[in-house]
Amino acid sequence: MLNVSIYRYNPEVDSAPYMQDYQLDTGGKDLMVLDVLELLKAQDPTLSFRRSCREGVCGSDGMNISGKNGLACITSMSDSVRGNKLVLRPLPGLPVIRDLVVDMEQFYAQYEKVKPYLINDTPAPAIERLQSPEDRAKLDGLYECILCACCSTACPSFWWNPDKFIGPSGLLQAYRFLVDSRDTATEERLSNLDDPFSVFRCHGIQNCVSVCPKGLNPTRAIGHIRSMLMGSAT
Amino acid sequence: MITNVTSFGRSGLYDWLIQRVSGVILAAYTFFMVAYLLCNDVTFESWSALHAMLPMKIFNMLAVIALGAHAWIGLWCVVTDYVTTRMMGAKATMIRVAVQMLSGLVMLVYIIWAIDIFWGVK
Repeated sequence: MLNVSIYRYNPEVDSAPYMQDYQLDTGGKDLMVLDVLELLKAQDPTLSFRRSCREGVCGSDGMNISGKNGLACITSMSDSVRGNKLVLRPLPGLPVIRDLVVDMEQFYAQYEKVKPYLINDTPAPAIERLQSPEDRAKLDGLYECILCACCSTACPSFWWNPDKFIGPSGLLQAYRFLVDSRDTATEERLSNLDDPFSVFRCHGIQNCVSVCPKGLNPTRAIGHIRSMLMGSAT
Repeated sequence: MITNVTSFGRSGLYDWLIQRVSGVILAAYTFFMVAYLLCNDVTFESWSALHAMLPMKIFNMLAVIALGAHAWIGLWCVVTDYVTTRMMGAKATMIRVAVQMLSGLVMLVYIIWAIDIFWGVK
């Protein structure tokens, strides 16, 4: 029997959050954490969590799994169960709506700040804006972000200043558009990031890199943004 | 709302650059001092003679100024992380400004004091 400890909080009835223990017969299989949650929800329908695609593409089921942020659907029991115990908590630092469901408003507000869309003032060509394979290759490792918030909620700087520090996810997206050869708003984008908080709250501890379920490297992208800011200011 | 009025250079990029440069100076100073202390039999005379040399006086002053700037930027980051209205309520602003002013003042006192000590070596 697998012991599962889950963070529970229903603001309508609970005065404070608490950890609830469950036992589950996994039949000796190495299930994904999301499968464990689904089996537990069959036992206890009040248990709440987000999920959608169940294959690591939608980014809905980001949560703290035995102390490390990750997607429940692509994290296996063998990677997360310690001493026959699985501990599930909501993503740290964001307000809890209920159980494992967090309010992502602050996270999306930072994403919105970096204007995550192509800005190009030149007249649109008849068919499409072309890009060389070399320029397109610069977007690899950036465009794959699914906005699951595992990285930003693993970042202490984001915990303390979620209203002012863009966070690793937003900054990865910022660099994705800064480096895009079709984007013409580079100067404007850089000047929006040039303050002591937006970029420079990153102290390079790389929690974001260690938790990213897509294997991306926000710290490297932040380093590139710093270099671009340096290039435009010196 | 926290602005950057009390940050060292009032710019994230500038603070970041100063933090890196001062870090390199402090690392070089530390390596030099450790190596000197390990490789030499230090007496009062040799220690005085070392610090009486102009290049050493400059190196000492660079290290002290780097330490002051490094500490100011570091402490500014720490207090704007933890001592904020978001974390502590309305009283945070007063406490934060007081801590920042105090750390700035201590930094200046140490630098002036260090100038007096290092430049006084004959």
